[in-house]
Amino acid sequence: MSWLDKVRNSISSLAKRDTPDELWMKCASCGEMLFIKEFEANLSVCPKCEHHGRIGAKARFDLLLDTGYTVLPTPKVPENPLNFRDTKKYPDRLKAARATNPYPDALTNAYGAVNGAKAVLGVQDFKFMGGSMGMAVGEAFVAGVEKAIAENCAYVIVTAAGGARMQEGILSLMQMPKTTVATRRLAAAGLPYIVVLTDPTTGGVTASYAMLGDVQIAEPGALIGFAGQRVIQDTIREKLPDGFQRAEYLHAHGMVDMVVHRKDLKDTLATLLGYLARKEVA
Amino acid sequence: MADDTDWKIMISFLDFEKPIAELEARIAELRATADGSDLDIESEIDKLAKKSAGMLETTYAKLSPWQKTQVARHPQRPHFVDYLRLIFTDFVALAGDRTYGEDAAIIGGLATLDGRKVMVIGHEKGHDTATRIKHNFGMAKPEGYRKAIRLMEMASKFGLPVVTLVDTAGAFPGVEAEERGQSEAIARSTEACLALGVPMVAVIVGEGGSGGAVAIAAANTVLMLEHSVYSVISPEGASSILWRTPDKAADAATAMKVTAQDLLGLKVIDGIVPEPIGGAHRDPTATARALADAVGRELDALGRLSGADLIRQREERFLAIGSL
Repeated sequence: MSWLDKVRNSISSLAKRDTPDELWMKCASCGEMLFIKEFEANLSVCPKCEHHGRIGAKARFDLLLDTGYTVLPTPKVPENPLNFRDTKKYPDRLKAARATNPYPDALTNAYGAVNGAKAVLGVQDFKFMGGSMGMAVGEAFVAGVEKAIAENCAYVIVTAAGGARMQEGILSLMQMPKTTVATRRLAAAGLPYIVVLTDPTTGGVTASYAMLGDVQIAEPGALIGFAGQRVIQDTIREKLPDGFQRAEYLHAHGMVDMVVHRKDLKDTLATLLGYLARKEVA
Repeated sequence: MADDTDWKIMISFLDFEKPIAELEARIAELRATADGSDLDIESEIDKLAKKSAGMLETTYAKLSPWQKTQVARHPQRPHFVDYLRLIFTDFVALAGDRTYGEDAAIIGGLATLDGRKVMVIGHEKGHDTATRIKHNFGMAKPEGYRKAIRLMEMASKFGLPVVTLVDTAGAFPGVEAEERGQSEAIARSTEACLALGVPMVAVIVGEGGSGGAVAIAAANTVLMLEHSVYSVISPEGASSILWRTPDKAADAATAMKVTAQDLLGLKVIDGIVPEPIGGAHRDPTATARALADAVGRELDALGRLSGADLIRQREERFLAIGSL
């Protein structure tokens, strides 16, 4: 603690003031010093290089849904059935993640409207254990789809995850077919399934529900892939191509329909829902 | 494999089998010096052989998850081509994904299993340098999964049950695989399994490595060979990510619960196919027979369900995993 902080903390009226550290941040991509409030007002996109920063579920709901949306409860799942521990016990990791996140696991759904078009929106939060897909994510995904079917509306998922949650072992892997059962049911109901891939979306999440959308949207610069870059590099022992596994690269290779800037995302979704939403039976 | 003796010499022993390997070497030595006239040597050989067999049995009765991983990866473990030769007849190989290429890491085609006409699909790792390269060590690319999708859809169209034999370290991690949509191919292959209006039985025969395995294992009934493993990531991968060292693979294998016995307890699989004492590689013929009998039983049971019921049963099976 510097002498200045000591003085400041001893004066109660000054103690809660923002320190310079909390006011400014460095852009993760170009290194530009950014005024945090300005950065957030710009949807967490760097005004200099357009780097799309990672944002949480609450910010996504506010960004994409009209005011008055309802956050849906996160379904309860068995906790730690493998009694898993690595360097820490899994329940301790969960507890730590819950202490610093607003929702109880990595995927949260909200029901609302996108410019008036009703939809269930699921958002994966990378801050919650890397967005990883365990039973809670699988179960929330299924619940989100079921809500969409009940409301006769689209399911939109914003993905962000390193992959499956290793602490749940095989049970996390089984969420791949489980979530796919849900996307099939949504399709059978004739309802749209739209995927928004954000940075990063990799592993078992990409290899299941994140690649099964009727329409696939990616945010600029998002890392999207199956295998990790280090694993690939160790396998092929060559330099990876420029922009490899980035949103634009996937677009060029036919894996996503469009790369959409965050400021245009809501309007894009609304347009798509306008085309794809179930026509009311007269 | 001319006879039992030759075959035992040819077996490559795993690290934890060292005491057995030493005994076998001693037996081989004695056999080489014996001419059949020295009764002392004959009885010594007999004694050592019994001891060796006993050690093999006790060792394999209590394999650790990491040891099972090594058995599941044993270079002499029977692979898809061995099962094809030993239990399937009239095999007609079907090749290609009609989009990009033919991926020999996944083999598939029409076949007959004890009189039942089926579509059989599985990973093939290869058994020597040339075939391992040909089959890319059983690590499939998008075209492999897209071929699997094509064959599953064909099976559904013509009312043929699908049998898959899973044996892969994982889907191939490479630039081209990513460019051609490895993730999408795996996701669609899993989806194709779930859409089948015919019975599907999957057997993990060696390694069930992550998404590359589940892509052809989202079946009505999932079985595992006794010493096979099935996991979300390799124990080595989990060790380096969670423990940040490559040396904790054995701990990771235990923590992740990768064995058939663990997964039966977690209701992720429906049954275990017993292996001969000392593992499938010590008697591929007996292993294949046990596998054929188990798969046949499951196919006959599933054959009584309608297409719609088969789809529903498969859906409920996976929806239940992680539900309270």
